[in-house]
Amino acid sequence: MSLDLATTRRIAKLARIGLEDAELETVRQKLDGILGWVDQLSEVDVEGVPPMVGTETEALRQRDDAVTDGNCRDAILSCAPEKSGPFYTVPKVVE
Amino acid sequence: MLTGLTLTEARAGLAARKFSARELAQAHLDAIGRLNTQLNAYITVISEQDVLAAADAADARYASGDARLMDGLPVGVKDLFCTKGVKTTAASKILANFVPPYESSVTARLLEAGSVFLGKTNLDEFAMGSANITSAFGSVLNPWKRQGDDSALVPGGSSGGSAAAVAAGLALAATGTDTGGSIRQPAAFCGIVGLKPTYGRCSRWGTIAFASSLDQAGPMTRSVADAGLMLEAMAGFDEKDSTSSNRPVPEFSKAVGKSVKGLRVGIPAEYRAPGMPEEIAKMWEQGIAWLREAGCEVVDVSLPHTKYGLATYYIIAPAECSSNLARYDGIRFGERKDAATLDGIYERTRAEGFGQEVRNRILMGTYVLSAGYYDAYYLKAQKVRTLIKRDFVQAFEQVDVLLTPTAPSAAFAQGENMDDPVQMYLNDIFTVPASMAGVPAMSVPVGLDSRGLPLGLQIIGRHFDEETVLSVGGALEAAAGFAHKPALHAEAGV
Repeated sequence: MSLDLATTRRIAKLARIGLEDAELETVRQKLDGILGWVDQLSEVDVEGVPPMVGTETEALRQRDDAVTDGNCRDAILSCAPEKSGPFYTVPKVVE
Repeated sequence: MLTGLTLTEARAGLAARKFSARELAQAHLDAIGRLNTQLNAYITVISEQDVLAAADAADARYASGDARLMDGLPVGVKDLFCTKGVKTTAASKILANFVPPYESSVTARLLEAGSVFLGKTNLDEFAMGSANITSAFGSVLNPWKRQGDDSALVPGGSSGGSAAAVAAGLALAATGTDTGGSIRQPAAFCGIVGLKPTYGRCSRWGTIAFASSLDQAGPMTRSVADAGLMLEAMAGFDEKDSTSSNRPVPEFSKAVGKSVKGLRVGIPAEYRAPGMPEEIAKMWEQGIAWLREAGCEVVDVSLPHTKYGLATYYIIAPAECSSNLARYDGIRFGERKDAATLDGIYERTRAEGFGQEVRNRILMGTYVLSAGYYDAYYLKAQKVRTLIKRDFVQAFEQVDVLLTPTAPSAAFAQGENMDDPVQMYLNDIFTVPASMAGVPAMSVPVGLDSRGLPLGLQIIGRHFDEETVLSVGGALEAAAGFAHKPALHAEAGV
């Protein structure tokens, strides 16, 4: 199946990557090429084969639901590009 | 000279007080000062004051007789590992000024073992690439040159800065990460040893994520024994990584030098790719002959789904990448581009902060995970991945290790293979399947091609059997006696 411009625009929107129309066409062509190439997997018979999730070398562990870390608000906020006091700042999202 | 030693030699020299950790560190800082402008192997060099302070602390431990495993050994750290208080960029504009307030588990272990960090090595942006040309901080130059040809060659990728630094004498060893070949392929291109351990052997915590079911840290060194030594310092259980293995960490360096007599070495038929350059095929034959002489039994095996490895990888890795890189939103850390709306901030920050290759992979991953395409692409790829893993598990019922070439070519020139992404992806054709299966694999330099460039062979082992991989790697290394040095080297033309 070939990738059209509307789908490319939708994908860019989902991924929150702002692309100009001219860039969208370049991206569409690149992705379409790769999708055409990965289509070779359609010839593999996977009837009854379970999907592999992770590498399944170890069983996933669970731990006690307990606090193991914390009290490092300032360290975390030190990475913020913009902040106000102990808060991240964003444009107004609620009218 | 001090910049030409292996970790093992340097460790012995320090223990015998033939030279101090301070002298060793200073020699490396000087080499970086002379060569890094050309090679661009380091994005960040740690201040002389901090490097020497770490070296002095190591010297004090040698003096008091309680030196640790990596004490005083100067190493480079791929700029994908978060280092507390030291800028960590993932070679991306979006993290250009990111200074982590925490230390990754792997680098914390290396520091605990006494290593002296020299700086943060260059890589493909977010470890996505096979030529180290997608870094926002410029390409890395391979220190090797073709004979009689001054073309700038790529060091491979994504751990290209680490590979170039180790090959050129700008670090005794370096950390790398490998998602589809990012330790092994640059190691082969730069004539050094690169080991990707079993998935789960080294903690992923604090390492900037690309594809979480594949990412694995490992050592890049000048000898197989060094790879064992450094892996021992890097590996181990970590509660902070839910996929970390709690198996005990063996003394990996002791596996090197062990007899390989009677081991069964599998030669997978499917790796005889059509169009494989004659020199690569010849080197592979030579490797088989060496192991036979060392007493190994050579067995033909089949990994029937090999040819689907790359296509499977280029669905699964972008899918995980799109999910992992969703965190770069311009709000909590990293660079931010302002806009009137919240979505506008996300879209501008991510469009301008990520380079083209990273954007394309995120978009590809978003597509294969999106409603309507998930089953056809992502679920399908996960099922094919099961078949690829089964191939390995079945082969390892017959043999102890597999021997293959590491890459389908020697290092190529900057500008070659650049137009068609699929051409670039083919670099990883021999390394991706082991990543998909999660098994350990190591590249060992074994010779030069007719143009004087290094070639590597890959040894793939069973899950958690790095020891046999190291033993066979040691035998190959001893037989090959690879002692060539690149054109650009700290010890050349000083």
